[in-house]
Amino acid sequence: MLYTILCYNDEDVVWSWSKEEDAAVMARLGVVRDRLTKAGKLGPALRLLPTTSATTLRKTQDPPLVIDGPFAETKEQLLGFYVIDVANLDAALDVARELAAANPGGAYEIRPVALYVADSRSG
Amino acid sequence: MTDVTWINGALTAARPQAIGALLRYFRDLDVAEEAFQEACLRALQNWPRNGPPRDPTSWLILVGRNAALDGTRRRSRLDPLPPDEAISDLDDVETPLAERLDVSQYRDDVLRLLFVCCHPDLPATQQIALALRIVSGLTVAQIARAFLVSDAALEQRITRAKARIARADVPFETPGAVERAERLTAVAAMVYLVFNEGYSAADGSARAPLCDEAIRLARLLLRLFQTEPEIMGLAALMLLQHARTAARFDAAGEIVLLDDQDRGLWDTKLIAEGLALIDKAVRHGLPGPYQIQAAIAATHARARQPEETDWAQIDALYAALERLQPSPVVTLNRAVAVSKVSGPAAALALIEPLADRLSGYFHFFGAKGAFLLQLGRTDEARVAFNQAIALANTPAQAAHIRQHLDRAMRENSR
Repeated sequence: MLYTILCYNDEDVVWSWSKEEDAAVMARLGVVRDRLTKAGKLGPALRLLPTTSATTLRKTQDPPLVIDGPFAETKEQLLGFYVIDVANLDAALDVARELAAANPGGAYEIRPVALYVADSRSG
Repeated sequence: MTDVTWINGALTAARPQAIGALLRYFRDLDVAEEAFQEACLRALQNWPRNGPPRDPTSWLILVGRNAALDGTRRRSRLDPLPPDEAISDLDDVETPLAERLDVSQYRDDVLRLLFVCCHPDLPATQQIALALRIVSGLTVAQIARAFLVSDAALEQRITRAKARIARADVPFETPGAVERAERLTAVAAMVYLVFNEGYSAADGSARAPLCDEAIRLARLLLRLFQTEPEIMGLAALMLLQHARTAARFDAAGEIVLLDDQDRGLWDTKLIAEGLALIDKAVRHGLPGPYQIQAAIAATHARARQPEETDWAQIDALYAALERLQPSPVVTLNRAVAVSKVSGPAAALALIEPLADRLSGYFHFFGAKGAFLLQLGRTDEARVAFNQAIALANTPAQAAHIRQHLDRAMRENSR
């Protein structure tokens, strides 16, 4: 079953890491990713740039309104996500716990996937 | 699990807002700083034991405020406040109070704190030192190392700056729109000063981290003022310039010019963020100096090879910058683009009127020599290059001009 692990954390903290701290966290996460890849559990995963680079299209009016910034002002922001293929929620939580050990702070939201559209770009 | 790195990151991230709020309560920079320091100490004791609070910043503000009030009460023999363990759990009754107190004023608290640091009475060096100490939380030793002065000298610089601020009137009422815009402009200039302190430093210098710090401050400003195109421009400008850091110096530590840089060493993550921000800024249709400079940097960043550079675009952008902020140095920079688009004769004609104002400027004679050389006027080029060498600020600058000079001599002797 496909789950998405949505990564939330305080981006002020995450983007304040020094290069070395950032590299250390990325290296630890890399180990978890490698293990998931070998087990055939890892789908696409990505890390997002800070919410300051975000733009929001509000569809509540016509034409839609373009707003600078993220959809919602929250204390912790969506910083990235993993798509994983595991048997059930317990297995998904195990993966999330592994990621949490590699990258403390914040929260992971585990959400089952309803529709998965594969990357259609050639190459 | 509460990682020490995570706690330190949370304390650093919370710092501007927490000290900004404490400054509003106590109206005294030293008291605010000490209160925050005390709150950090208690966080380091409490968080590993009880787990981090859900809202670290509010926790730090409350604990800091209570610690400072407690000190005052002890001195005036009043009843002590409850221990801060009582507010370590954010489900308790104090939380909504903290939210009410802070969220609405968050923006102005942080802006005020930054604005205090760039008070017009303070010389640039004091502004930078103060911002790094108070807002960024760098230690005196770290800042002193960056400025190549002793800890004692830097400590004194900060003390003097604080004394000046204490004498000056710091406005604590919520600013109006015009005042807020003025503060933001002053703060943006100060953040760019911090960046340039780092950017102008030699490779591997202790000052280099100031670039990261300035970018962090710009992201913070952008979080607070999401729709300000000039703040987007400032952040984009610094990100795009900083993206080239790894390519800007060769193995010997000498500066590598843009055309000669290994573009594979440019940081694609920083470039992506910079380009995203300049795209957002342009949509507002309110051009400003930071945006235009960022757009110039973005044009360079988009060229995978030097030959792919859109010089016509860069020429147009410098022309816009000239209109907004006329300066001989801007015209000189534009001349380089003009030489690529319209040839060296047009570039030379553009800079010749600047000769008086730039008679002591190394880059003027370097550019003039280069244009003359392209026109085959080697004797005049040699004169210009020799003037440049006489004005060079670093051996690397002189060596770079000497290469041109050697070429001029060779072509002359043919």
